[in-house]
Amino acid sequence: MKEFWRWVFIVLMTVAVMAPLLVQIVWSFAFRWHFPDLLPGEWGLNAWRYVFSDASRVGEALVNSMSIALVVSLLSIAVGLPAARALALDDFPGKGAIEWLLLIPILVPGVVTTMGIHIAFIRLRLADTYLGVVLIHLIPCIPYMILVMTSVFASYDTALEDTARTLGASAVRTFWHVTLPAIFPGLLVATLFTFLISWSQYVTTLLIGGGRIITLPMILFPFISGSNNATAAAISLIFVAPALLALVFTSHSLAKEPSILGGFGRM
Amino acid sequence: MTTVVLKNLCRRFGNVVAVNNLNLEIASGEMVAFLGPSGCGKTTTLRMIAGLLSPSAGDVIFDNRSMLDVPTEKRGAVMVFQKHLLFPNMTVGENIGFGLCMRGVKKQEINARVKEMLELVRLPGFENRRAHEISGGQQQRVALARGLIIRPAVLLLDEPLANLDANLRLEMRELIRSIQQEMRMTSIFVTHDQEEAVMLADRIALLFDGVLQQFDAPRAFYERPCSERVARFFRNENFLRGRKAGRCVVCETTRLTVADDGGRPDGEVLLTVRPEDVRIQDAGSENSVPARVQAIIYMGAYTQYLLDVEGRIWRALGPADAPHQAGDNVWLHLPPSRVWLLPASDRSSV
Repeated sequence: MKEFWRWVFIVLMTVAVMAPLLVQIVWSFAFRWHFPDLLPGEWGLNAWRYVFSDASRVGEALVNSMSIALVVSLLSIAVGLPAARALALDDFPGKGAIEWLLLIPILVPGVVTTMGIHIAFIRLRLADTYLGVVLIHLIPCIPYMILVMTSVFASYDTALEDTARTLGASAVRTFWHVTLPAIFPGLLVATLFTFLISWSQYVTTLLIGGGRIITLPMILFPFISGSNNATAAAISLIFVAPALLALVFTSHSLAKEPSILGGFGRM
Repeated sequence: MTTVVLKNLCRRFGNVVAVNNLNLEIASGEMVAFLGPSGCGKTTTLRMIAGLLSPSAGDVIFDNRSMLDVPTEKRGAVMVFQKHLLFPNMTVGENIGFGLCMRGVKKQEINARVKEMLELVRLPGFENRRAHEISGGQQQRVALARGLIIRPAVLLLDEPLANLDANLRLEMRELIRSIQQEMRMTSIFVTHDQEEAVMLADRIALLFDGVLQQFDAPRAFYERPCSERVARFFRNENFLRGRKAGRCVVCETTRLTVADDGGRPDGEVLLTVRPEDVRIQDAGSENSVPARVQAIIYMGAYTQYLLDVEGRIWRALGPADAPHQAGDNVWLHLPPSRVWLLPASDRSSV
């Protein structure tokens, strides 16, 4: 009996997650679909044809989104990894304040900070540039990287590193052979987070990119607010693909790191 | 073969002085124990020798060469920890070969020497096991092999046996001792267990509160402790106040002769005899002190007497079929050669 309800739950969960996606797939192949028809009256590839045409700029946006998200993830690692390690393993004056400051970009809506930063970026000639967009994406991404990695480092023991050092490994080789393998599952999840946060930025890209830096959300949103449901569905399927792929690839690591969403140990 | 010299070594953490002006000379090939209660600075000292922690002041010298500017990986001082022993992402063989791999030794030679080491620690054929597939004791032996394979200048062991159960601990003690004597490498191990220190070490450095109390052969801590606190750490609780004049000590209830006064000046002293050296008698004799039996504890192979001597609690060992019971008045014969004198002013610091 217990087994039965378990399966009911699993099926319901799957339907809840997959149903909207299925609707999108149907929509993307619909040519005419009027209320109250259960399925489209006419099928067609118009939406997909448009998506793959040069006019849609989806290809350009895909390249931009992908490269920005990758650069942002790598920079988040470069900044967040040492910071998370220090926050988890060391004690220093002002540590509590820094932990709270790190939460602010998560608590304060991005629009608010971006408006202010926009003015500064115009002065610094960073507005309407690729670099400016990368920098503005780092603001919500770095805290997530630090939050996840702090909880990873909180349950990490440096004795193995010390052992490696005394066995003759330099600091760099110790990191490569000992530290990285130990934190890898957590780092993978944190990188997935930052990648997806950057991937789904809309307002910040719009403001700082000034319409010159085109990412996928910027192409998708006008279609959603407009009435071209088929095209919106097709683009959103492209938009959601990396998230689903990443989830499949990291599900093993996610399961292995139950503490990953714990954030700072005492918060 | 490396000599290790610690010169005026200090380490502060904020306002806390963890190691205070430590001076120590360890001979080549010697096995030294850093002994003391937790928080006495022994692990801190070990980390400074390894280069994992920099001293606040003082120097660490290997073979007449200061190590302060030498990074950990170039010192040749290998550290074996009590827990988190093996690299979890590597096999047993890869773990042991790690140090050689870091030195750029060829794969073939590494494999041959790993095999050799596994035999030395009595784990032949374990190369391809994973760390989590072997027991705690086996992990400990692999960790030891991983350190020994690079023939370290100095072997540092941080409570290497603390996580093992009693039987394994005995086995590991013997293994460490035999390997150390075979390879004759300078070794330092940290422990809070005085029995372990006595069994394994050529010399023991006893630390309290970051200060070196006594650096001596194990036997000296039993026969010639330097203070009441040191004697107490080695489970001696028998003390008596007296006034020393020459080889004679006058106490409240008796006069005692001392064979060796240890160069202590005349005046107030604290006299001590180890429980195993006290002889319980029914009548007074030369060099004896009156006592009253407070309790007799049966220990199997022997009995332990709790005695009242001039208002202090003493311990003594008697035969398993003790002829006395609580309340009896007895005399304790203290052989002159087993009586040792300590400075009297030590009491307040205990």
